[in-house]
Amino acid sequence: MSELTLTVMRLGFLAVLWLFVIVAVQVIRSDLFGTRVTQRGSRRGGSERQTQRAQQQTAPPPQRQQQGGGRRADRSRRGAPTKLVVSEGSLTGTTVALQGQTISLGRAHDSTIVLDDDYASSRHARIYPDRDGQWIVEDLGSTNGTYLDRTRLTTPTPIPLGAPIRIGKTVIELRK
Amino acid sequence: MSAMPSMPSMPGFANTTTISTVGPPSRRNTELALLAFAVIIPCFAYANVGLALSGEMPSGMLGYGLGLGLLAGVGHLVIRKFAKYADPLLLPMATLLNGLGLVLIWRLDQSPRLANLAKNQGFKYIASAPNQLMYSALGIGLFVAVVIFLKDHRILQRYTYISMAVALALLIAPVFFPAKFGARIWITLPGLGSIQPGEFAKIILAIFFAGYLMVKRDALALASRRFMGLYLPRGRDLGPILAVWAFSILILVFETDLGTSLLFFGMFVVMLYVATERTSWIVFGLLMSAGGAVGVATFEPHVQARVNAWLDPFGGWGKSAASEQISQALMAFGSGGVFGSGWGQGYSDLIGFAANSDFILGTVGEELGLAGTMGILMIYAIIVERGVRTALAARDPFGKLLACGLSAAFGIQVFVVAGGVMGLIPLTGMTLPFMAAGGSSVIANWALIAILIKISDTARRPAPAPAPSPDAEMTQVVRP
Repeated sequence: MSELTLTVMRLGFLAVLWLFVIVAVQVIRSDLFGTRVTQRGSRRGGSERQTQRAQQQTAPPPQRQQQGGGRRADRSRRGAPTKLVVSEGSLTGTTVALQGQTISLGRAHDSTIVLDDDYASSRHARIYPDRDGQWIVEDLGSTNGTYLDRTRLTTPTPIPLGAPIRIGKTVIELRK
Repeated sequence: MSAMPSMPSMPGFANTTTISTVGPPSRRNTELALLAFAVIIPCFAYANVGLALSGEMPSGMLGYGLGLGLLAGVGHLVIRKFAKYADPLLLPMATLLNGLGLVLIWRLDQSPRLANLAKNQGFKYIASAPNQLMYSALGIGLFVAVVIFLKDHRILQRYTYISMAVALALLIAPVFFPAKFGARIWITLPGLGSIQPGEFAKIILAIFFAGYLMVKRDALALASRRFMGLYLPRGRDLGPILAVWAFSILILVFETDLGTSLLFFGMFVVMLYVATERTSWIVFGLLMSAGGAVGVATFEPHVQARVNAWLDPFGGWGKSAASEQISQALMAFGSGGVFGSGWGQGYSDLIGFAANSDFILGTVGEELGLAGTMGILMIYAIIVERGVRTALAARDPFGKLLACGLSAAFGIQVFVVAGGVMGLIPLTGMTLPFMAAGGSSVIANWALIAILIKISDTARRPAPAPAPSPDAEMTQVVRP
């Protein structure tokens, strides 16, 4: 056997062995199932992000007002939020698609959004749609309370688009 | 909803993530793919050895590849049927190590130097690879039996004290048989060969420790006084650890086997720590094992020789066989370098006796180099990681402790033998799991993997859906 063949086989074997190890580590990585997290959107600087958030809160996007039209149901659907965004706290940047399901928030492991926040209760609040499709936030008797803007919630309250809901150190809002 | 046209006009958010739930997959196809990989790699190595040694493909290639593939396939089908949600990595990893071990043993069988050595010492030279293949088949057989017949690992909990008795019997039995190679760890059955009961005792003892600590852990964890930042357990709670310690010292004295005693005591301390979450046990364990080992080393000549060979491997050259073996192993690692000499092109057979069992890592080090040795150690680390992951995911405390204990035993065994061969700790006669020649070790480790697979199957099986809470009922909305 030529020296070259043996050298190629020697290095080839090591490469295959390590490929196996790497594939195994990838399997471990993909094995962390339970929730699927999809990265989306471009990476931008923090400051730009701040300004965007400010913009969004002050000026609701007007351009969508023109198209479409008369029927009430249509309008309510158009104005309806499509996702819930965590804008402050350890989960910043997380979004959950709103699809008519109840979203529970808290430190309990079976919550839709598991808050890693010392000031949140285990079952802190929930967000659900009422019959008209309007999203409602309700405090579930939490220790530190749930705040919509500055007011502490006492009853289930409809959520305006973009209004910050504060739970402990976490702030979430509904977006289109 | 998903067709909302407003998505592109949304201001982009950095690190925007979307969370949705997915069901637990069974991962059997991943396992099959990895398994195919794990059979092909040893076949590649086998061909490589043949080409390097004689310039042609080895004649046994087809039979060997088919044999390993068949064993792996049987294991996979049984898992598919009886442990559907088991961890996908354990079987391929074990198969790869077993296959590479077979190639290494076969490669050392080809060495004329080892054959001459056996002849000079008056033994009939027997090739080890066919035996090892047979033991691997027996191991897979035991694996299949455990996966099929052990319906639930919690059944083992019933046999806590019986397993203690059996383990003690297995550990004590070798004392009554003549010492081989300086250690009494073999039971010799006339006509059948010899078995190493310590390998099986490892698993049985893990069952005992798990069952015992599950019951006693509260007493061990909570009844303690705080002293200088350490939780000191009550005197009477020290009983069990003292008993295990005394027992491992007795093994060390009567069987002159440092490895076995270190393995059992280490496994016990790890499980004690996992059960009680008290760091003080680790401190006590380290102090006691260090004290015991040093104490025994002062008067036991066999242990003393090992320690001397460790402290100065090249000093005993030509005088003591033990230190010559270690220095040959160290030179094998050295001459291997980073990428190794290539399969079949090293001189690790100079290690001589036990080159294909205790010192098999020396051959890996020389022929595959640092890169290959690290790869092999990574595979061992992944097996231990999967074991600990299984322990984390297990829902019952017995399963947690058992999975932890078994993976700790596996990890400690790899550490003890790899550390010994590399000169990190005094060498002890232990086998590298799955790779080293030796029937008991291969069979026992396949059983260990089978138990881990059963625990991981139970742990990863999706939990039955929780009863719908009345609270959730109220918020159900009928969408128009």
